[in-house]
Amino acid sequence: MTLTSLAQATYLLAAVLFVLSLAGLSHQESARRGNALGMAGMVLALAATIALAIDQSARPRAATAGLIALVLLVGAVIGTWQARRVEMTQMPELIAMLHSFVGAAAVLVGYNSFLTEPHADAVHRVEVFLGVLIGAVTFTGSVVAYLKLSARVSSAPLTLPGRNWLNLGALVASAGLMAWFLGSGSVVPLALMTVVALALGWHLVASIGGGDMPVVVSMLNSYSGWAAAAAGFMLDNDLLIVTGALVGSSGAILSYLMCRAMNRSFVSVILGGFGTAEGTVASAAGEQGEHREVSASDVADLLTGARSVVVTPGYGMAVAKAQYPVAELVERLRAHGVQVRFGVHPVAGRLPGHMNVLLAEARVPYDIVLEMDEINPDLADTDVVLVIGANDTVNPAALEDPGSPIAGMPVLEVWHARQVVVFKRSMATGYAGVQNPLFFRENTAMLFGDAKEQVEAILTHVAPAPARAAG
Amino acid sequence: MGGDVTTTIGVPREHDGQPLVAATPATVQRLVALGYGVAVESGAGTGSLASDEEYAAAGARVVDAATAWGSDVVVTVDAPDAEHVAALRPGAVLASMLTPAARPDLVDALAARGVTALALDAVPRISRAQSLDVLSTLSNVAGYRAVVEAAAEYGGMFGGQVTAAGKTPPATVFVIGAGVAGLAAIGAAASLGAQVRAFDVRPEVGEQIESMGATFVREPAAQQQVSADGYASPLTPEQLAAALDLYAAECARADVVVTTALVRGQAPTTITAAAVAAMRPGSVVVDLAASGGGNCEATVPGERVVTDNGVVVLGWTDLAARLPRHTSQLFGTNVVNLLRLLTPGKDDGTLVLDLDDPVQRGMTVTKGGEVLWPPPPVTVSAAPPPPVQAVAAPAPTAEELAEARARRRQRLTIGAALGAVLLTLAISFAPAAFLGHVTVFVLAVFVGYYVISNVTHALHTPLMAQTNAISGIILVGALLQIGSDDWRVSLLACVAAAIASINIFGGFLVANRMIRMFRREDAR
Repeated sequence: MTLTSLAQATYLLAAVLFVLSLAGLSHQESARRGNALGMAGMVLALAATIALAIDQSARPRAATAGLIALVLLVGAVIGTWQARRVEMTQMPELIAMLHSFVGAAAVLVGYNSFLTEPHADAVHRVEVFLGVLIGAVTFTGSVVAYLKLSARVSSAPLTLPGRNWLNLGALVASAGLMAWFLGSGSVVPLALMTVVALALGWHLVASIGGGDMPVVVSMLNSYSGWAAAAAGFMLDNDLLIVTGALVGSSGAILSYLMCRAMNRSFVSVILGGFGTAEGTVASAAGEQGEHREVSASDVADLLTGARSVVVTPGYGMAVAKAQYPVAELVERLRAHGVQVRFGVHPVAGRLPGHMNVLLAEARVPYDIVLEMDEINPDLADTDVVLVIGANDTVNPAALEDPGSPIAGMPVLEVWHARQVVVFKRSMATGYAGVQNPLFFRENTAMLFGDAKEQVEAILTHVAPAPARAAG
Repeated sequence: MGGDVTTTIGVPREHDGQPLVAATPATVQRLVALGYGVAVESGAGTGSLASDEEYAAAGARVVDAATAWGSDVVVTVDAPDAEHVAALRPGAVLASMLTPAARPDLVDALAARGVTALALDAVPRISRAQSLDVLSTLSNVAGYRAVVEAAAEYGGMFGGQVTAAGKTPPATVFVIGAGVAGLAAIGAAASLGAQVRAFDVRPEVGEQIESMGATFVREPAAQQQVSADGYASPLTPEQLAAALDLYAAECARADVVVTTALVRGQAPTTITAAAVAAMRPGSVVVDLAASGGGNCEATVPGERVVTDNGVVVLGWTDLAARLPRHTSQLFGTNVVNLLRLLTPGKDDGTLVLDLDDPVQRGMTVTKGGEVLWPPPPVTVSAAPPPPVQAVAAPAPTAEELAEARARRRQRLTIGAALGAVLLTLAISFAPAAFLGHVTVFVLAVFVGYYVISNVTHALHTPLMAQTNAISGIILVGALLQIGSDDWRVSLLACVAAAIASINIFGGFLVANRMIRMFRREDAR
């Protein structure tokens, strides 16, 4: 038994722990165990790697050990600080930023791999080249996603003329550079390709609008996995390959689920630009009508008098940070004996499952937070639906108007309920730029203003203790 | 809102046969909040179980009849008689169920008195005005009470039961007309456990009927086109004959029939004497249209009739008043909503009548000595036609879509097969070590696919943080390169290792933080 074979065995164990970790995340009950298993796998893998690194060190072992301790300390301090500080509404930004780190690390590891083995065979060169390419695209793509999600740059899609040709051109150029790299083994084509790939990643995400961010973030999640897998190929490390493949397929599935929830093909989302061309058409053709306004106290009466209430939150709830008053309202209504549930559309928010995290943060029990397919059949029997900061995900035009840009997208069919109350800033259209006929329905009432303030206003009319409601 | 300039709303006691009242202590509070003073006649709330003390506690003055009728604004349930019209102050506002179409004499008397009269029962049927429509309120309660009356008369249980002593079938309830009253009756009967069937000449209400838990009886020959204004219109002779046949057939198999058909104030005959004769003994007919003469030929308004074949026909005209507590409550809320509409200043107690508003114009019967009845017609759209057409439009493409999908699937299969062959060939030329890695890679992708497919949507965000953390495993590569004797490699590796370890620590901790937040109901 050598140290290397011991390390290999440990890697196998770590890989199994990672698989079990992801399996544990399938349900809330086992999620904590899943998280712990992942940590355990990581500790094992790192311990084995550190032992191996010190053992194989080309310089004095103490120096290597010191360096390793130093970088881990830096990472631990910054990582822990970030994880504690971040607010749940900022989760999409944090995740995008973490993706960019994986991308950057993959680029650096790729260059190192090239520097340590400059005269390797063609297979290894392809591995290095692809690893750097994927890493670089992930890096700049995630940085742009981070900037957009944190509102440091506008989330509107950038529409350069012939943007699809630009992307294609970048890929063709990279292919050419790969041929050059394979032939010469020089660092120049590798560096050129890195620049091209960085530009490609930047442009790819810049041309995608804010509402498609759930897809983009999960796509980048997938890329960061493929980048890790590519690094595994070039370093001959199966643990990296397995882990990268797990993460890569995870992100790919999430992107696919998001796209299916929007009834759009993955390609059309990635090619970007959605919501710009259609926007003008829709606003011109948008069928208007008379909408009805209600006051917060009327909504409070409606809610306390209802038997069943469904809340459908959207990104607007996250923006207004209204999840706490909403949770409080739900708790009070439940104390009054009203059945309250949440209906979450798969693409609500800026991350897959974003709404669930926000509601969990506000201490809403997860068993009353249901998915679209679970809640839709019950909506006809619901007395009141509160639409808080959602628009396109509750738009009846998706089912009724075949000419609508969002036609065919599965939506929460809130209009079947007896009464719908829409919390909205104004009558403006949603992300897709489509007018929402829901607002003009006879059983819909609008409550304008900041979602958080309005929910708090309703709270003042709903008694905290179980009391007999007068309305 | 200073002392003597406050506008006062008078709430008189109704005549002896009317237990309802136009304001309850709860709605008085809301009237006061609008800036009005409220004067309630002593004993006004007795029939609705509200005492003078409760009114006083809610902010009303308890006064005698003359003071209540002499207020600036007078709200009543039933129209005033001649004596009370004389007690109104000229220039006062009266809101009441005036039935102006049927009582021209009353309208003239009110105009002569100089009173601004608002008919609570003439609210235009548009969605904005729903909250002040007392007819909806009364119909709703009456529909509920009709079922309660029927249940009391019917000699069995509505819900079917299976007991140790054998089983009883559920009652069959047939409801004619799915207006507000009909839908309330359906809801009440269904919640008592009866099998409810319902019919309406307007096919567009089928969805509402089904949403209340009843079976919608479809009979195209007896049903008309989608109505433009929300009201049923008179049937053609052929439709009428078909409808009567349907009613007779449904009544013969029903234990309880609730009929609520009113076509523009008139009660057409739905259940003929012959149909009643064909019903089973012990069945019950509740006629909600009794005040308009009745839908059933055996109905005597205000009476309980038992036919020769033992069918009970209830012609009660006071069904809503038989539940005075809630009816007064809801009626009072309608009155509050009316006054809210008439008080544009929100809480200044200043009543402004805007005759340009179709809702207010529609209710106004007299003003300043002039008779303003009938009002100009209001255009209503109960069922906007566009959605109906929109539903019909996509139909022809269904088959084409299926065909296109099949073609696409075929192309995909061919593509996948080609790709697999090419990939297999490419891999077979690769070195042995690489082959091993590819095997591991491909298998891991599939393991990932099946594991991740099981992850619940609610945990997708923690999943991303977790996968993020484990993709920090690239740290392994960086760590192994730190020990290199090339300082450039060492430096790059240190940077890579540092950021990858941020990922690991940040990702795991934030995933942990999120996962801990998810809790079950009982974990509080």
